[in-house]
Amino acid sequence: MQSAIHEAENNKERMATPPAFDEIWGKSRGKEARPEFTLLADWINSTPPAELNRRQQAAETAFRQLGITFAVYGDDEAAERIIPFDIIPRIFSGREWSNLVAGLEQRVRAINAFLDDIYGERKILKDGIIPSELILRNPQFLPQMVGAKPPHGVYAHICGIDMVRTGPDEFFVLEDNARTPSGVSYMLENREAMLRLCPELFEIFDVAPVDSYPDLLHETMRSVAPRSSGKAPVCVVLTPGHFNSAFYEHSFLADNIGIELVEAADLEVIDDVVWMRTIDGPVRVDVIYRRIDDAFIDPLVFRPDSLLGVPGLISAYLAGNVALVNAPGTGIADDKAVYSYMPEIVRYYSGEDAKLPNVETYRCRERDALQYTLENLDKLVVKLVDGSGGYGMLVGPTATRTQIDDFRVRLIAEPQRYIAQPTLALSTVPTLTEKGIAPRHVDFRPFVLTGSDTVRCVPGGLTRVALTEGSLVVNSSQGGGTKDSFVLKEVKGSD
Amino acid sequence: MLSRTALNLYWTGRYIERAEFTARLLEATIRLDSLSPRPAGVNAWSSALAVAAAEYGFEEAGEPLTPSNVARYLTLADENGSSIRSCLRNARTNARAVRTALSRDAWETINRAWTGVRDRASPGGTQATLNLIDLVKAETRGFEGALHRMLHNESSWFIRLGAAIERADNTARLLDVKYHLLLPDDAEVGGAVDRDQWTTILHTVSAVTAYRWLYREGLQPWLVAEMLILRSELPRSLAASMEEVVTVLTALGRRSGKQGEADRMARARLTKLKQCRIEPLFQRGLHEYLQDFLADVPALDYAIAHQFRFA
Repeated sequence: MQSAIHEAENNKERMATPPAFDEIWGKSRGKEARPEFTLLADWINSTPPAELNRRQQAAETAFRQLGITFAVYGDDEAAERIIPFDIIPRIFSGREWSNLVAGLEQRVRAINAFLDDIYGERKILKDGIIPSELILRNPQFLPQMVGAKPPHGVYAHICGIDMVRTGPDEFFVLEDNARTPSGVSYMLENREAMLRLCPELFEIFDVAPVDSYPDLLHETMRSVAPRSSGKAPVCVVLTPGHFNSAFYEHSFLADNIGIELVEAADLEVIDDVVWMRTIDGPVRVDVIYRRIDDAFIDPLVFRPDSLLGVPGLISAYLAGNVALVNAPGTGIADDKAVYSYMPEIVRYYSGEDAKLPNVETYRCRERDALQYTLENLDKLVVKLVDGSGGYGMLVGPTATRTQIDDFRVRLIAEPQRYIAQPTLALSTVPTLTEKGIAPRHVDFRPFVLTGSDTVRCVPGGLTRVALTEGSLVVNSSQGGGTKDSFVLKEVKGSD
Repeated sequence: MLSRTALNLYWTGRYIERAEFTARLLEATIRLDSLSPRPAGVNAWSSALAVAAAEYGFEEAGEPLTPSNVARYLTLADENGSSIRSCLRNARTNARAVRTALSRDAWETINRAWTGVRDRASPGGTQATLNLIDLVKAETRGFEGALHRMLHNESSWFIRLGAAIERADNTARLLDVKYHLLLPDDAEVGGAVDRDQWTTILHTVSAVTAYRWLYREGLQPWLVAEMLILRSELPRSLAASMEEVVTVLTALGRRSGKQGEADRMARARLTKLKQCRIEPLFQRGLHEYLQDFLADVPALDYAIAHQFRFA
């Protein structure tokens, strides 16, 4: 124990790198705010910390009463916890936002084109842009879906693109979440809390509203309904149930869209048509926003032991009688090994260079990359290609000697399971801590909706903040918190 | 509305009602016990178990029949699926699964009631038990208040339906157990009665004052029975409970334009109650009458489940 503490101290010293870019203060170490943010700096400076604390606690009390909780797997004691909320918002200027949106739309269109291609003609493999075995032998690639066209050709209707920032104009995509990205309820609830607790901020800033998200999501779902469905397609949210860690979000979305929240037992497939059991008898279902992973969605096709799934659902989907949001098989697009090819993928399908760059990525499956990774383990972040939630990950600069040695052994044993990335000096945003306001690292997840003929992104998203000093891990399961993300309306003539 | 949602709401209503009834039963039993000469108090506790349909479970648990053991079994025992804590846990689990069908107030009262009993190790002494009972009564009353402020639609109807079915069942069982114990077969109807015992019944259904309003004759067992069975002015009477069942089923049927077996059964039972008078009922046998009624409740419950496709 003693030595572990000692080692951690040493690591802290090694971390004493130049200060990260702060989104409010730039690199001035709190002396001078960036021009767009002087008003926010004034607000932070003029509001007593005790008052900020009071408001923050009021927000957390409200979240707890509403039951905005999440479960941490493997943590019985705290089966229902709330994610810490930070009262100081993170702000994007209108110009920053419009640049981001252009890049996000380009990327998500490419992701859908890529999925359509690899489950169809596989031109990108034939043209040698991506090694075939990387796709075809990837556990995320679902051979059952080959040749299956989803209604209106849309695969990834909802994408949560994880972004990080290192400077005024340096944004990078860290991860594409094309399966069932969560967190959008925090975008909406955090905004509600801010409107109630810090109304003066909305007088200082012209903040673009985010509350149209449920309506846009509903529109997106209706737009991809099978052509056989009527004028008012029946849409539902499918949840694994109220013991799932994200159940609050599932019920929140169903409630705000105004559609039913169903569990597998509420659905039944008869002759390739999906029905839900209601008090008035069976009702035909056209579009399912499913918050269940592919592996569990239909025990007849995927894991036979799944009790969460609906037997026959995939058959109904293949018959074109129901739209699944997102389509099965989209996991191949957010696989971390495929991620490293995203710049090529975007160029291949859009004919343009990617507007949003990737973080430099070493594919450990390649000999040179593995060599480099092994030599620089203490500087790199190493991730499992199929890991998520911050698990199975090595953050070199803060890791102990033992952890590094442990990862070295794992890397040599199964290099193809890992990628490595340089440790980025993630931007910071002022955050309320026990010792007053201090910079904390953040990332950002905007939500991109793809319908039958539109790609849209609500001006906002989920900002996650690593509450531990110096930490770069923002995952809620590992001590991360959230902030509201303001997108300012573009001021006419100012650009 | 999803059948599962309706099912969860129905059981939320049943469990909250059962928690409140058990709390009242326990309160009245404590009162009866302290009025009784020792060791007659033990009868009070064994009949409380009978009313709560918990005799068998308590025997299984293998504990001696003492007031504190029975109090614990009825309030906090996790092995008793109908203890107050089990009821509130089940009510909350059902409510949480359909969180969005409830108003915020309704959810919060259930959540608060649950957190109020969640971590209790034991009911404590008599005073502490009474405090616990007060808490449960206050929260369940709060829930009823919140329920009446919800939209008058399927959500509140299914909760009310569950509560009404549960209430009918509880009142009938209370009366049956007490009547059986109090008036042995050879006792004359209208003869000498144990005042305290009958007052206990009134306490359990919170009708002590109500009785004085409805009857001027002083405490008479057949009048108590009449009030609890036939007088629809008393919210916990069989007649009032069945009226509520019919009202709610009618509202549900009007919405969908369909009626079913449950409607028919509830109406038939209500008609019988309305046509009935207490004297002939006593002559034919109160126990037989109540047994017949108690057999009807699960049948009605089954018809409701079938009609709204709970299964």
